[in-house]
Amino acid sequence: MNDNTVRKVEDETAAVCDIGRRSQPAPGFRRKRLTAPDVSPWGTLEALESEAIHILREVAGEFQNPVLLFSGGKDSVVLTRLAEKAFRPGRFPFALLHIDTGHNFPEVIAFRDRFVGALGERLIVRSVEDSIREGRVVPKGPTESRNAYQSVTLLDAIAELGIDACIGGARRDEEKARAKERVFSFRDLFGEWEPRNQRPELWNLYNARVHKGQHMRVFPLSNWTELDVWRYIAREELAVPSLYFAHEREIVRRGTVLAPVSDLIQPAQGEVSESLSVRFRTVGDMSCTCPVASRATTVGEIIAETAVARISERGATRLDDQASEASMELRKREGYF
Amino acid sequence: MAATEVLIEDVGDEAPASSKDLLRFITAGSVDDGKSTLIGRLLHDAKALMEDQIDALARASTRRGLAELDLSYVTDGLQGEREQGITIDVAYRSFETARRRFIIADTPGHEQYTRNMVTGATNADVAVILVDACKYWLPQSRRHACVADTVGIRHLIVAVNKMDLLDYCEDAFAHIRDEFLDFAANLHFERVEFIPISALKGDMIVERGANLGWYEGPTLLQALEEAEIPGAAYGSDDAPLRFPVQWVSRSGGPGRVSRRGYMGRIVSGSVAAGDEVVVLPSGRVTHVEEIDTHDGVLARAHAPQSVTLHLEDDVDVARGDMIVAAARRPALADAFEATVCWLGSEPMSLHRRRYLIKHGAKTVAAVLSRPSYRLDIATLARNTEGSTLTMNDIGRVTVRVQDPLPWDPYAANRATGAFIVIDALTHDTVGAGMIEGPALGVEAVAS
Repeated sequence: MNDNTVRKVEDETAAVCDIGRRSQPAPGFRRKRLTAPDVSPWGTLEALESEAIHILREVAGEFQNPVLLFSGGKDSVVLTRLAEKAFRPGRFPFALLHIDTGHNFPEVIAFRDRFVGALGERLIVRSVEDSIREGRVVPKGPTESRNAYQSVTLLDAIAELGIDACIGGARRDEEKARAKERVFSFRDLFGEWEPRNQRPELWNLYNARVHKGQHMRVFPLSNWTELDVWRYIAREELAVPSLYFAHEREIVRRGTVLAPVSDLIQPAQGEVSESLSVRFRTVGDMSCTCPVASRATTVGEIIAETAVARISERGATRLDDQASEASMELRKREGYF
Repeated sequence: MAATEVLIEDVGDEAPASSKDLLRFITAGSVDDGKSTLIGRLLHDAKALMEDQIDALARASTRRGLAELDLSYVTDGLQGEREQGITIDVAYRSFETARRRFIIADTPGHEQYTRNMVTGATNADVAVILVDACKYWLPQSRRHACVADTVGIRHLIVAVNKMDLLDYCEDAFAHIRDEFLDFAANLHFERVEFIPISALKGDMIVERGANLGWYEGPTLLQALEEAEIPGAAYGSDDAPLRFPVQWVSRSGGPGRVSRRGYMGRIVSGSVAAGDEVVVLPSGRVTHVEEIDTHDGVLARAHAPQSVTLHLEDDVDVARGDMIVAAARRPALADAFEATVCWLGSEPMSLHRRRYLIKHGAKTVAAVLSRPSYRLDIATLARNTEGSTLTMNDIGRVTVRVQDPLPWDPYAANRATGAFIVIDALTHDTVGAGMIEGPALGVEAVAS
């Protein structure tokens, strides 16, 4: 199977398309608005989309040197489409920045390169591997999760490139610390998020002022849910890495999670690996991202599955969030996305 | 109505996802009113909590030696909050039912966090204020109602909680309702609903329960599903066009005539190709040539769509300018009266500090006057003696800005009547402003 999941399915809402194809309006989208502007449906997706475009244009207008954090995951694919909506036919007023842990799924890196190639925008990559070589990060072992180390590499890149704003795909529905996050989230000289002292955020009037050395994290998808993201992927016919669709994969069962077998995760003594039909709900560091059992092979099936899911997106999928009740909060304080 | 009818699993009844509308509401309550339990109950009974989240609640409940699931832990976010058992900051939560998508801005109730309630309230369509039936009507609840009123929320739901502790007594509920209605007569709510509830027992939140037979109104969730979304009115053809320009694009390759596009979000009204518009503050009159989006050209666009406008004449337009309906212009002035909620930890400074005001997509230097009065938001009395505003104060000031701003009164248009105050030195957001009208004794520059 091609790792880009280039296939077309019968279900109109469940199309997965080739990233090389020119983007087309979603089915019925343009016609509806042109012929019946007064009855065009103004639903949640339209409201969220317009809000996100407004946020992205505020970033362009307010900052000198912003970047869009691009991982190749579904949220950053959606962010990129929103940036196209905000700035095409012009170029993006920012580059894309990927913080590469060196533990990425190879499918995702291949997807990233093809995607950015087709997009025609500049991609900057900074890697945790380099941070390790320079002694900025000292891993405890070759297979240890590098998720938290990304913060160091990211903060170094922000200083090196003089970045004053990072646009990220984090959503408030992901995690309880993120539920308290602002859309424009201020970071001090040390990149620290201080939840007790956040700037009040009123109406859609975003205070984007930072002093030199400080920066802003901006989250245009703040009010989106996992389901909104998938519905938008369906509406916009966006391509996403194949890992999001059901595929056979070797896993080992560890507590409530299914750990994917790879160079980084091997069955321990007494553990037996098995092959299972799974898909990933989040795509991150290979050492800590786990799939869920699934047979959903199209976006439509993923939407149906997500709508009735009884486990949260990060619930059974992230080894790093389960370390303690405050894991995400602690990582965020240290400069995490 | 059976509760199961509103569950998300009932995909058979579900409105198409694309046409589900979005209601934003705020919840406010005093520390012990049971607000966290209410939100936990709402999410739990609306089946918006996932199994792993319920497991986490169970673990937290067990750790604190509780026999039953404590739903209040749902809203516990940060470490400091868990340690102190209070809510520090606004938390945003999404959930959806078969009928509607919701975003809750859950704001802390304590007096010192009024600024957080203001933060959550500015984007809310509806306010849910929680009152403890056992404590009647505390000053704190008046503050919440007053803050909601000040930021222009017109639909209020008063959830009278802990009815179970009063044996679901109708008289106690009626007493609170009557007392509140006396107070609200001085406010501007268009709709006030009272709902007796027990967040702990789950009465009248999502399910009616068996204990409140005398109450015939909607459950809390029904009230939220049926609430009107006032934001929709801004997109009607009756509202005047207001379009703050966020970004100017220059399309067209090398050697071709570049064509400028003005990118922004329509904050009120609608616009069609050919419409006569005026660019403010310059006052240049022109027509809309084309309304463009990434998905194609539109014949007409409405608030709150984000679009790109091309104008017929090559006029000078920059970020921060506003394109408006030529026939229905806003005021254009460098001074105006405003109600300001002070959010900064340092009091408002009349001389020493420089302030910036962000209004639409424009940021200008500003000077704030001594407040003509400060509002006592528990009694609605106007105190004229104060010389400044301190954190959590709401007062009336005259604002003078460096360049004239196009504005409408906040009561008529939230988007063009609102501004934030930024400390030019620290860059903190220190105030939330709502324009009331022309500055007293100062003439408008042009209109």
